[in-house]
Amino acid sequence: MMRTAWLVATKDLRVEARSRVLLWQVVPFGVLALVLSGLALGPAAAGKSSAAPGLFYLVTLFVALLMISRSAGIEHTPGTRESIATLGLDPAGVFLGKTLALTLELWATGLVLLGGSVLLLHTSLVGTLHALPSVLVTLGAMGAAGTMYGALTAGVDGPATLLPVVTLPAFAPLLVAGERSFSAALHGGALWEWWLIVTVALVGYLAVGVLLYGVLEES
Amino acid sequence: MKFTQRYLGVATIVTLVATIVLGLWVTPPATQAQGGDLARLLYIHPAIAWVALYVSFGTTTVASALYLWRRTRSMVMDRIAYCAMEVSVVYIILTLITGSIWGRPTWGVWWAWDARLTSTAILLVLALGYLALRRANDDPEIRARRSAVFGILIALNVPVIHYSVLWWKTLHQGPTLLTPGQIAVHGSMLWTMLLSFFAFTFQFFWLLRARYRVEEQATQARGIEQADAIAARQREGA
Amino acid sequence: MHNDFALLSGVDLTVEMGSLVVLTGANGAGKTSLLRLLGGLVGLSDGEGVVAGVSLRSGDRSELRRRVGWLGHEGSFYRDLSVLENLTFAARALRRPVGDIAPALERVGLATRSATLAKDLSAGQRRRLGLAWLLVRRPELWLLDEPYASLDDEGRDFLDGVLHDVVAAGASVVVSAHDPLRSASLTPTTYRISGGRIVGHA
Repeated sequence: MMRTAWLVATKDLRVEARSRVLLWQVVPFGVLALVLSGLALGPAAAGKSSAAPGLFYLVTLFVALLMISRSAGIEHTPGTRESIATLGLDPAGVFLGKTLALTLELWATGLVLLGGSVLLLHTSLVGTLHALPSVLVTLGAMGAAGTMYGALTAGVDGPATLLPVVTLPAFAPLLVAGERSFSAALHGGALWEWWLIVTVALVGYLAVGVLLYGVLEES
Repeated sequence: MKFTQRYLGVATIVTLVATIVLGLWVTPPATQAQGGDLARLLYIHPAIAWVALYVSFGTTTVASALYLWRRTRSMVMDRIAYCAMEVSVVYIILTLITGSIWGRPTWGVWWAWDARLTSTAILLVLALGYLALRRANDDPEIRARRSAVFGILIALNVPVIHYSVLWWKTLHQGPTLLTPGQIAVHGSMLWTMLLSFFAFTFQFFWLLRARYRVEEQATQARGIEQADAIAARQREGA
Repeated sequence: MHNDFALLSGVDLTVEMGSLVVLTGANGAGKTSLLRLLGGLVGLSDGEGVVAGVSLRSGDRSELRRRVGWLGHEGSFYRDLSVLENLTFAARALRRPVGDIAPALERVGLATRSATLAKDLSAGQRRRLGLAWLLVRRPELWLLDEPYASLDDEGRDFLDGVLHDVVAAGASVVVSAHDPLRSASLTPTTYRISGGRIVGHA
């Protein structure tokens, strides 16, 4: 399982490095979305760091949808799916590998957006660094959840519109927990409840993915 | 099975009528501070929410798990999971409507980001997502598998969404003024509320049974269409 | 069945070990559907069948898929990876020696294109990459969906040569094509499919 996971993760990351979709399309979209968020808040509120955690995670949610769609789409180009199906890869390993690759991509994008938060939304650098562990774990939970929901909606009619409908309700608690823990890192406040939410989500999705990803691959 | 349907129907009607009679005419109104007659929504809203979030989602999750387990895998389980989710959507919408009606006099607005209503709204989208996922897959086996996995994910999502929104709303702020659901319940009010839980639970299973029969007949109709399609294809080959 | 359309409804087929079978027929006859069924890529809704020792009704389709090799219309690989990276992925997935890749590339004439991205290959070259993928995999059963489409005479002769070698080595090959093969080196058993049924045999 772990061997397959490493093989699939390196393959996905190599595809991403080769295509540069993350670098030239997804990250610029994320930065633009942060700028638009500031504009939407109005000139008085745009520079207020109190809105930054929520805006950071809201933008990350939408960026994650693009990346999930791309991650799932790698396996569903015409012809590829049948050939990969005949390789006999361990489905649990494939799930872990794709989750690892997606999480690393989310981390890379998240770091850029955190930089954007400091620069555009005026969050303190020290506070943002304190929030880094919770951001990384929350994005990890998104990676695991996103891999499952991406596989659920891949290869069906209208995946571009179906993916947000099935994924965003599941991302809502991650948005809440992420925003609250980021805010707590910036301004103080309760933290363990949000770590509990994110940890339960992460462990839950990893467990369900390892057990049931094969069912989705079969379909 | 008509036997079960009939008994469920009788139990539903009897308990619902009893709930209505007790709730509207027999139980005393709450105090003015607790909402007066508006508090009679106590006999509807909590029971509907209970059915929406626990009974119907629970039915879908259990049926999904039974479908995924090879020993109990059958399209019957898939149909039960699907029908339960369809009925669940109705109950979730009713939960939101009754919750808003109850909260309006207290909050002054129809929506005030109450923790339970907010988490229920998110779960409504989750339920609609399940139905959308089913409509996006034509192959029955593929549809059943994907829906079953989603049904399991729902079991993970319900408590996570519930607690995240609840803590979001309640942490950092002290006890709020009396809100829907915080009414002191005792005596005949308590018994009537408990009766309403039974009434709406019976109603759910009655509706589920009826919806399942419709879906079963639709499946049989599709089977006849398949046989016709095979015959037509064979004529094409000849 | 697919969307209430009976893809196949009357197929009685035997493929011997180490043989070449050609399925011919017009577009929509059911050739690709039959190949996908044989490869465990779709389920069997009615009837019985055993492929590579695995029952199509009750067997483990994932086990069957491990034993077959598939070459479809569009290609069999990741478009953003190079020829060598694609084959290395397949070899590592199957725990085949990575040293098998170079001979496979030589055999299909892509040795000088190992660093080329799959999406930058021509259609014919992508077909060859798919064959190299199968040569590395060495499955018991080869399923090739219209491999001769769009090939010139040289390409057809090349493919004939590969199939001859593969069958001689003991693998079974099932090929779909619009028309019967015209090859001096191959002696296939040909089945004609129409309307989801086998209507002729030669």
